[in-house]
Parts: sequence; structure tokens; C-alpha cells
Amino acid sequence: MGDSTDRELLSAADVGRTISRIAHQIIEKTALDAPDAPRVVLLGIPTRGVTLAARIAEKVKEFADVELPTGALDITLYRDDLNFKPPRALASTSIPEGGIDDATVILVDDVLYSGRSVRSALDALRDVGRPRMVQLAVLVDRGHRELPIRADYVGKNVPTSRSENVKVRLLETDGTDSVAIAPYGGPTR
Amino acid sequence: MKHLLAASDLSRDAATAILDDADKFREALLGRDVKKLPTLRGRTVITMFYENSTRTRVSFEVAGKWMSADVINVSASGSSVAKGESLRDTALTLRAAGADALIIRHPASGAAQQLAAWTREDGHGGPSVINAGDGTHEHPTQALLDALTIRQRLGGLEGRRVVIVGDILHSRVARSNVSLLSTLGAEVVLVAPPTLLPVGVSEWPVTVSHDLDAELPAADAVLMLRVQAERMNGAFFPSAREYSVRYGLSEKRLAGLSEDTVVLHPGPMLRGMEIASSVADSSQSAVLQQVSNGVHVRMAVLFQLLVGAGREVIA
Repeated sequence: MGDSTDRELLSAADVGRTISRIAHQIIEKTALDAPDAPRVVLLGIPTRGVTLAARIAEKVKEFADVELPTGALDITLYRDDLNFKPPRALASTSIPEGGIDDATVILVDDVLYSGRSVRSALDALRDVGRPRMVQLAVLVDRGHRELPIRADYVGKNVPTSRSENVKVRLLETDGTDSVAIAPYGGPTR
Repeated sequence: MKHLLAASDLSRDAATAILDDADKFREALLGRDVKKLPTLRGRTVITMFYENSTRTRVSFEVAGKWMSADVINVSASGSSVAKGESLRDTALTLRAAGADALIIRHPASGAAQQLAAWTREDGHGGPSVINAGDGTHEHPTQALLDALTIRQRLGGLEGRRVVIVGDILHSRVARSNVSLLSTLGAEVVLVAPPTLLPVGVSEWPVTVSHDLDAELPAADAVLMLRVQAERMNGAFFPSAREYSVRYGLSEKRLAGLSEDTVVLHPGPMLRGMEIASSVADSSQSAVLQQVSNGVHVRMAVLFQLLVGAGREVIA
């Protein structure tokens, strides 16, 4: 539930439009509806990245009539902070049929912050196969990168201060679609 | 969780977390060419096996190596134990050599707990100790992999009827399973000749029977145990053949089971004694699935014991 001090950035309608725009951008950039199109695979980073990946796939089907193989890539075991934080529960990994070799893999996550989660995802991909290209789609880029990592598709750029907390809510996991900024709430994950 | 010494130490939540993690490990490695996760890189895991083992030792080694740990196996016969070195000195030596985890199998009940006490250091220091089977007492990772196999085959454990058959008296597998299965909400039935049931079994959360044929029809899962001849010093039944006829899972008994009933055996199996060869190889037999689950369960246990600072789990 939202705090009264939360500042809403994206309403439910905004979230829907943003996801549609990302889907259009993916179709355009990867040319996935061309006759000689490369194989494009969406891999969501649990938890909300998986939901977003599914939504993007739905929109791509709607706009380009192409069904993108979609899956989940749990990065917990590849995190660089495992021994500095309390133990985490593992999330599910499912690599779609046909694997990722020689495919264009688009990693999907809700918030891009330090870049360490994405770096962990790249490390995980390395052990799964060899994609021809890896791209990144995020709903929100909140700045403060600690590694040289950038997104190919960004829903919204949101400058934030480190003490702020970006809260992404999605219908499937949280009952509603919204993106809000909370003044202090610790790390989102 | 610092050590895993007994299934009876695991709460329902803790046990379920290990089973869930084991499933996630299986998913994480599915279809991969490179079966390697970096999670235990730089950790040293030493196994101390004072009894013979194929399954348990190999699966702990595979589990550790797939998570990039350095795994070293010490077996009593090739080590200074044969020269008379005590368990305590062996443990202190391995701790001093850098072990982050000690996995112990020993013929004396209580050996794992004793080891944890001897190797403890101030603060939360000292290696984590995992009990891989201590005498006739406990074998917690076996119970976990059995529970996971039943859960996978039957879709759940709550309310399921699990019949454990055989040498209950000498079986650490039986003790750990009784404990864990009842914690997880299953109903447990023990079937054995009176000579192979421990004193005090009436206090256990189980139903006891001497009639295998009477218990099989209602069973959702049947766990067959080997007669632990190496732990016996006395005659517990007139002949192996009579034991096999009365308590063995024959082809005829398999045919009488419901199609969905799953047959388990911790291994090693003595084909023809407690289980007919064809039954061991039938589609209802989950023995190889148990072995594969064993690797994932042991990965989950190593993960829970060796990774992460502090106690609570972030979801």
C-alpha cells in the first residue's frame, strides 16, 4: 500500500503506455518481424522483471504478431553481496525451449540502479549459453550506476537521491500498476 | 542455521525452505552445458567418511563442486585414523587446514554433534558441520531428499501416507524420515518384524504394523530399507529368505499397489532381499530421482549453511 509521503511518477495508465512503447522500440530495434529476423528471447529478472517480460511479450504479439520466447533468470546465486547480507530465498529460473545460443537476449528488470543485478545476470548468462547479443530493458532508470552498464530500452528516467526508494508495483504481484518514489525506505530488494 | 545435525532440529519452515531451494537449484542447472554456479567459490568443504558410502559421498562432492567449492574427501581407511588418530584430533586438524564445512559419517551415534562441539570457535566461528549419517541416529540429508522426491511425485506431503518397511531398529534413515515427514504433515506407518523395532517406538508419531500386505493398499509412498547386517550382532529373523518373503517388496506386491504409489529406497539395494529386481527398475520406483534430488538437496544445505551473514531470510 502507498504511503502518504510517496510521490507517484507513473499511474496505472502510464505504466501500460510505457510498456507498450518499450515493446514498439524492441520491435523496431531488433527488426524481429522481418523475414530473416534473429531469434529474440526475453528473460525477466525475478520478481517483477518476469512480470514485465510477460507483458512486453504480450504487446509484441499484439503489435507485430510475433511470439517471443520468454523466461526467467534468477540471479541470486550470482550476486556479489551474498556474504554481506542475510541469506536470500532463491527464485525460479526457466530458460525457454531452444536456449539462448546465438539469440538476441533482452534482459528485463523493473529498476536499474547500481547495475550490479544486471552484471550478475550477465555472469549467469555466461554459464547458460552464448547469445549473439544481450540487451537490457528496464521500466525505470534511477541513476547512480556503480558499474559501466546501461539500458537499451528505458521506460522512464527518474533522477533520485540515494536515500529515496523507487517503488514499482505491478498488477500481477502487487494488485495495481504504479511507480512511486518514497522518501526513505531502504533498498527495494 | 550453522549446522545440520538432525532432521529433528528442522522446523517445518526451515525444512520447506531447503526443499524449495533444492527445486530452484535443479531449475537453475536444467539444460546447461556448464553445470557451475559461483556461489561457494573460495570455500573449502571437507568430507570425513568413517563408513563406506557411494551415494552420499559422491553427491556431497558433486554438490560442492557444482557450486565452485573446493571439496576434499577423507576416508578413514586411507588416513591417519588407521594409525590410531582420534576423531577429535582429526577434526581439529581439518579445521586448522582451513575447512569451512565438515561433512561427517561415523559409526557412533552422536558423532556429528560431538564434532560440532569440538570444532566450535568463539563468536559464530568454526566450520559448519553436516551429519551424513551417525551410527543408527540420524541422516538428515537423506530424509530431505526422500521428502523432496515424494513431494515431486505426489504433488505434496501434507496428509500423505508413507509406509517405511524394514530394519527400523538399526536405521538412521528411518529415524530421520519419521521426524521430518511428521514435521511436514505426512502420516507415517512403520512395518517391520517385532525384532527389528526399537524399544520406545510406541512414543514415536507413527503407526506400527507387522503386516506388510495389510498396509500397502493405503500407501501413497513406500520406503524400503536394507537390513543393516553390518550393525547387527544377533539373530533378528530366522533366515534372509523368510524376511524377504514376509517383508520384501515383490513383483506381486508392486502389482497390488495403486499406480500412483511411489516406491523409494535410500540405497544401496540388495536386489532380491528387501526389493525385487524388477520392482527396483519399475516406473514406480523413484530411486534414481532420489539420487538426483540428493545432489540438489545437498546444494541447498551447503547454500543455507555457508552463504549469507546473520539469521533471517529475505524473501
